[in-house]
Amino acid sequence: MGKEVAESCVESVMMEMVSAYCNRFYAAKPELAARRIEAIGYQVGHQLSERYTMERPRFSDHLEAIKFICKDFWSELFKKQIDNLKTNHRGTFVLQDNRFRWLTRMSIDPVPVDTDSSQDPSGATPENKAEQATSMHLYFPCGIIRGALSNLGIPCAVSADMSNLPACELIVSKL
Amino acid sequence: MAPLAPRSGDAVFANVERVNAELFTLTYGAIVRQLLTDLEEVEEVNKQLDQMGYNIGIRLIDEFLAKSNVSRCVDFRESADVIAKVGFKMFLGVTAAVTNWDADGTSCSLVLEDNPLVDFVELPDTCQGLYYCNVLSGVIRGALEMVSMKTEVTWVRDMLRGDDAYELRVKLLKQVPEEYPYKDDE
Repeated sequence: MGKEVAESCVESVMMEMVSAYCNRFYAAKPELAARRIEAIGYQVGHQLSERYTMERPRFSDHLEAIKFICKDFWSELFKKQIDNLKTNHRGTFVLQDNRFRWLTRMSIDPVPVDTDSSQDPSGATPENKAEQATSMHLYFPCGIIRGALSNLGIPCAVSADMSNLPACELIVSKL
Repeated sequence: MAPLAPRSGDAVFANVERVNAELFTLTYGAIVRQLLTDLEEVEEVNKQLDQMGYNIGIRLIDEFLAKSNVSRCVDFRESADVIAKVGFKMFLGVTAAVTNWDADGTSCSLVLEDNPLVDFVELPDTCQGLYYCNVLSGVIRGALEMVSMKTEVTWVRDMLRGDDAYELRVKLLKQVPEEYPYKDDE
């Protein structure tokens, strides 16, 4: 094992980054904030997968690469593997973590992520603000997976469903 | 219940949940990079990193106090020692040296030789003026403010700028008497 830091360092920096983008830089433009947060995750995922695959042979196919993300990559990040991997064999993969670590300390109502929210933003209630805040935290891990996979040669879109907290489903759609 | 004995930085660090430092280093790096793109001005990035650190510090102090069993420090000297030996260790896994005290014991330097924030980092010429680790100064300022010490924290040496170590100057501005509610002066 290489160097370690306290988990709270990562959590604090992540939370503060999300809050800075959502509440300070792009308070009125949540979709821009989301894109930036995702971009930060992408960068991290890209670099991490580069490092974690340095000493292994190329993956023979996309499923192998996805399995690597579910097992080794996830273990490096969260000390556990993805609990369930489903695929429709047509380019969509659903990665389910039954206890997604980055959400276990948040107190939130379990609600589905609705990114194309049609609600009037000015009528935002505290509830859907909290909901939006949580979904903002998922753009970072989504970005990490997209970055990691694209580094392994799989361009994709990644979204998240957290309607069963603390379980979280990450949906990878190959492009 | 008898007060628990304060724990050493090593002991606390051994007991907290830890993660691979790479994840932390790369996440912080990606944030700085994105801020440079979005905010354009290096000065503004310095300011925002400090602000982020401050916000982190005012929360982290609770975890620090809860896990370290550190009791009230008698003076600023002791506070500085505790930050260097217990605070840095329990969060970043490294310790700092406390040096260069001024005569009246209100300002000192924290010197870091190992700094997990900067692994893999090199600053391009376009980022001259960037205080890459500014989040750290914010954390210290925020955390100390929560225990009634107003401080000013500045960088004296920075290896990314070619110096031989990381040196933070911590200056005690005033000791605020504890009173409720704490005023919010962001």
